[in-house]
Amino acid sequence: MLSLYDGSLDVPGILKEWYEAELTSNYGAYIPFVGTVRSEDGIDGLSFDIYEPILKSWFDNWQDKAKQKGAVIKMAHSRGDVMLHESSYIAAVFSPKRRVALEFIDEFVEDFKASAPIWKYDLKNGQRVYAKDRSTAIKGSGILGAK
Amino acid sequence: MNKKEDVVLVRVEFLGPIQKDALELEIVNLNELAAILQKDEEVKEWLDNCAVAVNDNLVTSLECELKNGDKISLLPPVCGG
Repeated sequence: MLSLYDGSLDVPGILKEWYEAELTSNYGAYIPFVGTVRSEDGIDGLSFDIYEPILKSWFDNWQDKAKQKGAVIKMAHSRGDVMLHESSYIAAVFSPKRRVALEFIDEFVEDFKASAPIWKYDLKNGQRVYAKDRSTAIKGSGILGAK
Repeated sequence: MNKKEDVVLVRVEFLGPIQKDALELEIVNLNELAAILQKDEEVKEWLDNCAVAVNDNLVTSLECELKNGDKISLLPPVCGG
């Protein structure tokens, strides 16, 4: 399940919704990761652009991998502006036993950072500045560059 | 004389922070696109770090024939979360 929201995430609401949705699914483990905007370098917040078609196929691929292990992944992300101490990202894995979910949440969040087509901007002094130094080129990038 | 069905017109979209409007180009493969974009002052600085998708599937080689109506997307470095 992939959910995109305009602005910050309602963290308690989303965690509760996911918890209740799987309450009787017989999963023994529910491991969420919540990403919250921290105060650093004088930013007022962050802002996000998302390219949904490729995000969806990337997520579906991960969901298939989880399913093979008897697990399920859920993810929520913000579009647009998210201010300090608000949250822009939640990922969670449900699995029958804890080990699968613990390993999956680690692999999933790392690949999310490296591959999901989402662009981050710092909100600072009324400007929206691409977070170039914190961004990662997607695997296979550069084919159009000069040889 | 070209017949209408021979024309291969593709749309090129620049995602995220690349500040450029989409282009409509008459090209038949990604090598032609590379040659055009390497001469484009607004875009060329991005090319070494951009991933490329054709019809929303990431491609890792220029050996990709294009069909009329294809959508090509350029994806600069990402940072979700």
